[in-house]
Amino acid sequence: MQVPAHFGYDRATSIDHALRLLARHGDQARVIAGGHSLIPMMKLRLAEPEALIDINGIDELRGITVSGDELLIGALTRHADLLSSAVVGEHFPVLHDAERVIADPVVRNFGTVGGSLCQADPSEDLSAAFVALGATGVIRGAAGSRTVPLREFHLGPYETAVAPDELLVEVRVPIRPGGSSAYTKVERRAGDWAVAAAGAAVWLGPDGAITDAGIGLAAVGAEHFTAPEAEEFLRGRAGDDAALVEAGKIAAQHCDPQADQRGPADYKRHLAGELTTRALRRAVARASGQEA
Amino acid sequence: MTTIEERPAGDGAHGFGRIHRKEDPRFIRGQGNFVDDVQLPGMLHGAILRSPFAHARIVSIDTSAAEAHPRVRAVITGATLETLSLAWMPTLSNDVQAVLATDKVRYQGQEVAFVVADDRYAARDALELIDVDYEPLDPVVDARTAMDEGAPVVRDDIEGKTDNHIFDWEAGDRAATDAVFTEADVVVTEDMLYPRVHPAPMETCGTVASMDKVTGKLTVWSTTQAPHAHRTLYALVAGLPEHQIRIISPDIGGGFGNKVGIYPGYVLAVVGSIVTGKPVKWVEDRSENLMSTSFARDYHMRGEIAATRDGKILGVRVRVLADHGAFNGTAQPTKFPAGFFHVFTGSYDLQAAHCEVTGVYTNKAPGGVAYACSFRITEAVYLIERMVDVLAYELEMDQAELRMKNLLRPEQFPYTCATGWEYDSGDYPATLSLAMDMAGYQELREEQRAKRERGELMGIGISFFTEAVGAGPRKHMDILGLGMADGAELRIHPTGKAVLRLSVQTQGQGHETTFAQIVAQELGIPTADVEVVHGDTDQTPFGLGTYGSRSTPVSGAAAAMVTRKVRDRAKIVAAAMLEVDPSDLEWGHGTWGVRGDPKNAKTIAEIAMAAHSNLELPEGVEGHLDATCVYNPPNLTFPFGAYICVVDVDPATGEVDVRRFIAVDDCGVRINPMIVEGQVHGGLAEGIGMALMQGIAFDEDGNCLGASFMDYLVPTALECPSWELGETVTPSPHHPFGAKGIGESATVGSPAAVVNAVMDALKPLGVRHADMPLTPAQVWRAAQGRPLRTDLAIS
Repeated sequence: MQVPAHFGYDRATSIDHALRLLARHGDQARVIAGGHSLIPMMKLRLAEPEALIDINGIDELRGITVSGDELLIGALTRHADLLSSAVVGEHFPVLHDAERVIADPVVRNFGTVGGSLCQADPSEDLSAAFVALGATGVIRGAAGSRTVPLREFHLGPYETAVAPDELLVEVRVPIRPGGSSAYTKVERRAGDWAVAAAGAAVWLGPDGAITDAGIGLAAVGAEHFTAPEAEEFLRGRAGDDAALVEAGKIAAQHCDPQADQRGPADYKRHLAGELTTRALRRAVARASGQEA
Repeated sequence: MTTIEERPAGDGAHGFGRIHRKEDPRFIRGQGNFVDDVQLPGMLHGAILRSPFAHARIVSIDTSAAEAHPRVRAVITGATLETLSLAWMPTLSNDVQAVLATDKVRYQGQEVAFVVADDRYAARDALELIDVDYEPLDPVVDARTAMDEGAPVVRDDIEGKTDNHIFDWEAGDRAATDAVFTEADVVVTEDMLYPRVHPAPMETCGTVASMDKVTGKLTVWSTTQAPHAHRTLYALVAGLPEHQIRIISPDIGGGFGNKVGIYPGYVLAVVGSIVTGKPVKWVEDRSENLMSTSFARDYHMRGEIAATRDGKILGVRVRVLADHGAFNGTAQPTKFPAGFFHVFTGSYDLQAAHCEVTGVYTNKAPGGVAYACSFRITEAVYLIERMVDVLAYELEMDQAELRMKNLLRPEQFPYTCATGWEYDSGDYPATLSLAMDMAGYQELREEQRAKRERGELMGIGISFFTEAVGAGPRKHMDILGLGMADGAELRIHPTGKAVLRLSVQTQGQGHETTFAQIVAQELGIPTADVEVVHGDTDQTPFGLGTYGSRSTPVSGAAAAMVTRKVRDRAKIVAAAMLEVDPSDLEWGHGTWGVRGDPKNAKTIAEIAMAAHSNLELPEGVEGHLDATCVYNPPNLTFPFGAYICVVDVDPATGEVDVRRFIAVDDCGVRINPMIVEGQVHGGLAEGIGMALMQGIAFDEDGNCLGASFMDYLVPTALECPSWELGETVTPSPHHPFGAKGIGESATVGSPAAVVNAVMDALKPLGVRHADMPLTPAQVWRAAQGRPLRTDLAIS
């Protein structure tokens, strides 16, 4: 049995309480939500925080609601809740596609949306999905709330815009008419991290042309999980297959995959293109009512 | 002994047949008792400091800070062990292995120091207080360069050792094989790697050792598949008196070969208990298990196959480079440094065959166990079944047709193969035909043709395997000098209830049920009336343990033979009870009765009570019915099977979907068909794991790249289709009731079927071979003609 080093433990009862605890412990504390990344790292002693601040008791961090033209997802929302939410599926099928291939039911029952984003693993699926949707993170600190587009949220592997004394409290996804989305992933086995994965969102005009597109890439070294060149290529184009294939090629060109035991760089680059095209095809089919 | 009695298919309650396992209630209710469940008063906990380097000289070890930790009771290093002459221990292949490193470390994860503390946390914390000064050395990572001039020498502890060579071994007739190859129309060569894999049982390895300093008795609860062999080895190595060593193998959470050998941690728990005078528990974590305990395979093979133009296979020639890691710890009978690899002639009628195997040291974990495989037969089956497909590719022949043309025919049994094995029985064409019928083979080929026209990749893979299990005859087979015969003891209580004591140890195979069914079948008493005792050397007779599918062929035979002894004694007692001559009695299922007078009969329970009573018995019969026996198998048994795998491959991503898997097994007579099917299910899942996702690669520094379940993948239900099982029954002619053993058949036979299916799918792209694991990346690269080397880090 792997056992962690000694650590302190505090259970926060409110967001403000959590922020006070964070201010007290400084950067030696870690927030724990689902714990499915942090606890294994602690058991391997890759992480040895002095204190854990448990936010699982903070009800105000939980929940999925529509407010105006935005979907609001509390940071403590479990993966399983996102997957079972009808309103999420109605507006953003990319999130359901992604949740179906994130880890396994045990992890999804306890792992959280905010925890996944803040862990900032370069292979993390929801980061790519939210980036494709143009979502925004709401970050609370002692001085109040600020919002950061998820396209600026990830500063690098395991590094985010959330300061040590701040807490990600919510993700906001704009609801825009005429669009749909999809997620595709290649994994070595169910529940594995992605070899490569792509999320796509498209919005179509009355003539079927693409008015806007969002693409998120996981595990291929795409800066901020994004593929802006491919998105720019698609805007204003007819959503025909040749365009979607070309967008995939552009996305593949601009990412920077690294070889590991999941595959060599050339394969991952190839997948970035192939999966981008597949996600776009599905998103276009859904947006034009040809596929559920 | 060779008579096969006709037995009606039963419900299992009174002999053979389907019955739920006796073991299940305690496991289902969480009431199992595994090594880590053992709690003793005053018990301390051990933790091992392991090497971060694959190859480094130890300059110094400073343990003073760890020793100063308030909850630490002892810190043991190689230097401590040297004073006890325990720094090195023998391996199962007559090499030596460091218990704790003294001169240098030879693989990443090697044991360097052992801390004993009040609890696990303190023991783990104290590891970080030990300061080891290492001087890193160049490691030997690539087995293919291990014998190069100037390669670093891994085993400079062996006097005069200047290279990394371990052994050369050959089997078969070289000259005859060369002659066949010279004459053949067609010769095809293929290089293939069976990668290093790990048994990865759910329960990792561990030991609780308790040395009673007053009585001198050492009790060891240990994850072992071979408790008796371990007891003898502890006695021989540590010089402890064998009668004062008790090895208890409680519930074991899977073995698959991983728990055959003795690991340094076991020895360290014993030393820790001797040093502190308290019981010491050591249980390794998952990464320790994957990094440092016995791996399997790691065979670099060059196969050559010779045939006529019309597909008659004439001969097979194999050259193997075997990577044994830093210490030669391979578990196999002494005479066979490459195990039973020379059964690579497979299921075919060959004129000649020859193999050469060279073993080398590298800076990797030692081992070389059978991972659910009877001593390298998995490698042998993979080799021959891949070579047959490679030949089919070159001859442009259907893979099933080519096999049918070359399979041994039923009238050829017993059959002596070109490398000397005597196959006991089989009807191979019938088994393959059944599998093809179940699969709808011709329809699948038609579907494949249509799909290929549309550019879709679908593959059908066949594997026909022959196993050689039940080691083994004492004159040919021993491990470290211990012959591979098994004892059995059967005690019949006065009321007719039975207690069977066995040397083999269940790790999930259901022995407590299966062996009770054997006694019930042979003695005609309810299965529920038979208690099976195993896994405790103080309670059971000597035997070599459970691995290599040997429990049913060897101990199952012992159980039947000891029951027949009891039955024979019961006959004498019954004769005295009925006041007739024993020759006038006949056996009914559970009774001895007067021939021609069925009402005049006594049940086993009646006879047992009489045997313990004051009934006057014939001279020379002392009373009671208890018996003991030792079973020395006359030959191995040869289970076989035909497997067909159907896959769909996504050409753009390389993803493989195993759509169907048809498995027809012939393991002779089945004792409990439900247990047999459960073992086949598990083995098929392991086969999919090895074929598609498992493998332990090493980077250029010798870092192990498969040290967690994030990196070393075990298949889930989502990768496994709904298995389609079939059976044929060809009893073994030399086993008391015709059984052959099944535990490993599916693991042995299935990887080749999966790989053959994927290669069949890729055939339109001109792909003939790529090495396992066939991850999406490997399939995509193979489709481009650039397959990866799967034993090294992907770059």
